[in-house]
Amino acid sequence: MEKSLSQYIELYRETAEALDAGSAGVLNALRPEAARIIETLRLPRRGEENYETIDLPAILGREYGVNVGRLRLNVNPADSFRCGVPRVATSLAVMVNDELLPPSEKNFADPALEIDSLANMARKNPELVGRYYGRIADPANPLVALSTLLAQDGLWIRVRKGARIENPLQVVDILGGAVNMLTPVRIVIVMEECSELRMLLCGHTASGSTDQMLLQTMEIFAAPGSHLDIYDLEESAESTTRLSTVWLHQEADSSVLINGMTIYNGVTRNEYHCRYAGEGSELKLYGMGIADASRQIDTYARVDHDSPRCHTDELFKFSVDDRASCAFTGMVRVDYGACKTEAYQSNRNIIGSDEARMYSKPQLEIYNDDVKCSHGSATGQLDEMQLFYMRTRGLSAEEARMLLKQAFMADVIDCVRIPGLKERLAHIVERRFAGEGAGCHDCAMECPTV
Amino acid sequence: MLKVSDLHAEINGKEILKGINLEVRPGEVHAIMGPNGSGKSTLSMVLAGNPMYNVTSGSAEFYGKDLLAMPPEVRSHEGVFLGFQYPVEIPGVSMMNFMRAAVNARRKYFGEPPMSAAEFLKLMREKRAIVELDNKLASRSVNEGFSGGEKKRNEIFQMAVLEPRLSILDETDSGLDIDALRIVAEGVNKLKTDRNATIVITHYQRLLDYIKPDIVHILYKGRIVKTADPELALELEERGYDWIKRELGEE
Repeated sequence: MEKSLSQYIELYRETAEALDAGSAGVLNALRPEAARIIETLRLPRRGEENYETIDLPAILGREYGVNVGRLRLNVNPADSFRCGVPRVATSLAVMVNDELLPPSEKNFADPALEIDSLANMARKNPELVGRYYGRIADPANPLVALSTLLAQDGLWIRVRKGARIENPLQVVDILGGAVNMLTPVRIVIVMEECSELRMLLCGHTASGSTDQMLLQTMEIFAAPGSHLDIYDLEESAESTTRLSTVWLHQEADSSVLINGMTIYNGVTRNEYHCRYAGEGSELKLYGMGIADASRQIDTYARVDHDSPRCHTDELFKFSVDDRASCAFTGMVRVDYGACKTEAYQSNRNIIGSDEARMYSKPQLEIYNDDVKCSHGSATGQLDEMQLFYMRTRGLSAEEARMLLKQAFMADVIDCVRIPGLKERLAHIVERRFAGEGAGCHDCAMECPTV
Repeated sequence: MLKVSDLHAEINGKEILKGINLEVRPGEVHAIMGPNGSGKSTLSMVLAGNPMYNVTSGSAEFYGKDLLAMPPEVRSHEGVFLGFQYPVEIPGVSMMNFMRAAVNARRKYFGEPPMSAAEFLKLMREKRAIVELDNKLASRSVNEGFSGGEKKRNEIFQMAVLEPRLSILDETDSGLDIDALRIVAEGVNKLKTDRNATIVITHYQRLLDYIKPDIVHILYKGRIVKTADPELALELEERGYDWIKRELGEE
């Protein structure tokens, strides 16, 4: 067994009862199999296929506690942020680590939107949750296996058949604790037939926290005709490690947009595993990352076109400065039967220093000849002529660079479909490039005054 | 205001300017003409401070200050404006944000507070009128998707906003139809005072029908080989550059 994983197997063996007691049957049922998988697992090393910058054995080898006993953490969301410019109307839910704080009734009056703690829902309706939990994620994926072994709670969201949720949903997840902690968070999103939801997920780290590791696994089930937008924003801290996997199962005629934005982070691995299981669906898979100092952002995006007539638009952009490193590994696989597929994959990056590193691997695997596909990658520096032009109009070199970097991210921001969020994001990115710190005023949204 | 002495400059190790001497006084309009590759654009780039060009010797003073020691943005603040032959497209940066940043950068340089939104909008409206620039262009990205004429008008619009003391217009007439040429030239004329000066770089006499120069220079192989009154431009139009080459004892 991997040395860095043995501490977690030991923890599991020693605390299995407490783990189970703090969770629910549906989650507990999958632990033994996860343990078996981990015992035979070999973790990919840095530089291996699909793991260009992230060093999983090193990251998982560090000592982190797991809050098995479910001690209530002393994180007050109101202390962590207060939004300076709340302009976007959302229904707000707050999570502290893996625990959903009771949502206020007035925010969630719509019975068509079911939002609950995952463990709660699994206790109330094990049959329902059991249909989705652990069903979409690949149990052999190292991050999934570890999460399944240790996860106790998370978030459950279900939108009822035919319901269109007018008000965007915002979930703020605040990571925090007084000791170094690994927090597995499981998110299950079920979009029933012809339902519609737009949601914003904000990942923060409470100020004054020690090293925190988020192990987030999101399973999304999009039933026929459903529409889902997810904006997944990370504004954490330099001491935060985020290991996130998103698993998307799309049935016929569904439409999903996922936009993963890393504004502030420490070390981040974002995996997207998307699969079309029905005809005529579309996926817009976007992302951006801003990395300076010695931050790392490692992105893996896989889309399986297993059904005909589906359409994927993929765009990832990174700005890499100082000693930071980023990676993009994209794979679009078009299966034998997936005729009339359209899939466009693009990765573009700007490098701002000699020591910054960008790894890019845009790939297509096509087994059908009736398709339109493209892939491309471009990495370069800011355009000298654009910089000069701006300086002749009086902008300092620094200001010109900042504007150009913001402009570089504009198309990722332009795809946002929550009113007001686009403007807020543009502002956040502007502040980020201006070097103004993360924190309350940077928070995108209406934040709680708990 | 501008005194250029024995200016030599190169790009990528290739010497383009081989000893330029030029003096411009307030109220003057200078035309610089010359065949392709003679160094006209290089001269404008060097005066505006393009870091890709390397000045190897000589000097350029602007109101007694060493122009060559200033970064491009300081030259702009001090009153030097370059109208680009090929205005640069900047996707994702709106014309509005760009101009606001430019106006406020200058105000900061002179220790003034940023302009209020209302004042700024008023300024934009006034200046747009000078070159009949469409309002909708203001909300678009800088030069992106602009027609050739719109790009050049946009240059003059920016010149109007920045109110430079010395404007260098690099082939502002290229790519313009007759109407656009007239609008651009009229814009330049409207902005002319006895306190500012203009250097017009062009191939053709046509532009000089609209913008009347006081002095015409011919730039050839990196040197100003002839300086004369506006009649020179007409003579060039008629006789071509070969005549100059012969006069210089070439061919």
